[in-house]
Amino acid sequence: MLADFRAWALDDLATSRRQAAWGRRYRIWLALKANPLAMIGMIIIGLCVILALLAPLLAPHDPAIQDLENRLARPTAEHLLGTDELGRDILSRLLYGGRITLGIVVAVVIMVAPVGLAVGTIAGYFGGWVDKTLMRITDVFLAFPRLILALAFVAALSPGVESAILAIALTAWPPYARIARAETLTVRNSEFIEAVAMTGASSWRIILRHVAPLCVPSLVVRVTLDMASIIITAASLGFLGMGAQPPSPEWGAMIATAKRFILDQWWVALSPCMAILLVSLAFNFLGDGLRDVLDPKQD
Amino acid sequence: MSDKMIDVRDLRVSFGAKEVVKGVSLAVQRGESFGVVGESGSGKSTVLRALAGLNHHWSGEIDFDGVPVGAKRPRAFFRKVQMVFQDPFGSLHPRQTIDRILSEFLAVHGMDDMDGRLNRALEAVALPQSVRFRFPHQLSGGQRQRVAIARALIAEPKVLLLDEPTSALDVSVQAEVLNLLAHLRESRGLTYVMVSHNLSVVAHLCSRLGVMQHGELVEQLSVEDLRARRATHPHTRELVELSRSLETPV
Repeated sequence: MLADFRAWALDDLATSRRQAAWGRRYRIWLALKANPLAMIGMIIIGLCVILALLAPLLAPHDPAIQDLENRLARPTAEHLLGTDELGRDILSRLLYGGRITLGIVVAVVIMVAPVGLAVGTIAGYFGGWVDKTLMRITDVFLAFPRLILALAFVAALSPGVESAILAIALTAWPPYARIARAETLTVRNSEFIEAVAMTGASSWRIILRHVAPLCVPSLVVRVTLDMASIIITAASLGFLGMGAQPPSPEWGAMIATAKRFILDQWWVALSPCMAILLVSLAFNFLGDGLRDVLDPKQD
Repeated sequence: MSDKMIDVRDLRVSFGAKEVVKGVSLAVQRGESFGVVGESGSGKSTVLRALAGLNHHWSGEIDFDGVPVGAKRPRAFFRKVQMVFQDPFGSLHPRQTIDRILSEFLAVHGMDDMDGRLNRALEAVALPQSVRFRFPHQLSGGQRQRVAIARALIAEPKVLLLDEPTSALDVSVQAEVLNLLAHLRESRGLTYVMVSHNLSVVAHLCSRLGVMQHGELVEQLSVEDLRARRATHPHTRELVELSRSLETPV
């Protein structure tokens, strides 16, 4: 079955659109598979996603149940990663927290990547005053330090996960717009785009179907590399009390409350720290691998 | 309806303050093949791009089939006029299959019988059906240029604008592509405007040619006149001499 698919996808004499498309995808997958760091990153991320999705099944305790008799306990068989200052099981909180943290990442990316792609390709393709207007707006957002703008935004709204997502999204899109614009500028005057223009296709069709697909690979790479910083920004907002609110077990918020006991009960802060480190690192590995595979400049 | 397929009067194109095409006038008859030669920078490609509607900053008058056209062309214009680009490696979208590249025109114009049209276009340029779902990087230069020609033909145009269609190809492949173009013109009654810096290529495919220098069309003459050395303008003679001296076997 798998061998059949392999032979079918790698067949140089593809006989259908589907086969040609799968051949492309399969070759990308093969190249990615040959990159050990990227595979490590992908496996870690995959595991985290599965763990977060299955949190209700896997968590040994309810993440919100307090047990004040047993607060700040060392790791035991009952509580594998110990308990926090209210006696809640850290492992369970970590698993449920993964849902919030990864959810924030996914939500931000879904909001940000299409916006950045649209702004960048439109600015790059049309040029002139459209380009100037869109890029100056981008510059305005780029001029603010990310965390500060997010902080101001969350403070203006109300602290919470939704505001954190919105704030991070608001500060995360400008780099994508810049990348998409740069990519668009390199292909805008190429003959193959002019050839499409010679079909009489509208500018929107050219942007959507011919220019944007060329910008997607570098955007995917950048998004993957950025996921680490989105996680850290989300955690920072949580740490500063502007993100997820107690009792929700967001990783940054967990570190924030644990910092009071960081010297005596270090294991309370260690687990969420490790979780953030591991996931960020995994996203960076995957991003690096994807860059090697997808970067059109290495064709 | 007049016999003139293309009528250009006083075409001027400027890039910023620099005028690169300085009042070119030319007429191409229906079914004729007209060549434009000149050194690089003489403005010959710019004229062609203005004809194709790829350059919007021109002044003067351009008529196709008796109908004047403006800077922006309506969609129907591209059913009449198509273009083949110089670089077969740059003119095909690197991430699209041949199938997708060829079907784009049909999709934009909502034409029916996509499969049939695609297969006939591939057949017309003597490409096997097996290339249809390949990517451009899997084809040779000559095959790519055939795909580019097929893409132009799929619109069933009356006019084909050729921008140095063979200059990026090997000499042996050049001849193949030129013969293909000559055959297509005869069988479909196409009108060609071909830009080239190579006099012998133009003489092979065209019956009449214009010589450009510094943005001006300095001379128009028939290929017979050219062969008989009846060129009058010094720049034309220069080009002829250059071409002969290059092609004399050692």
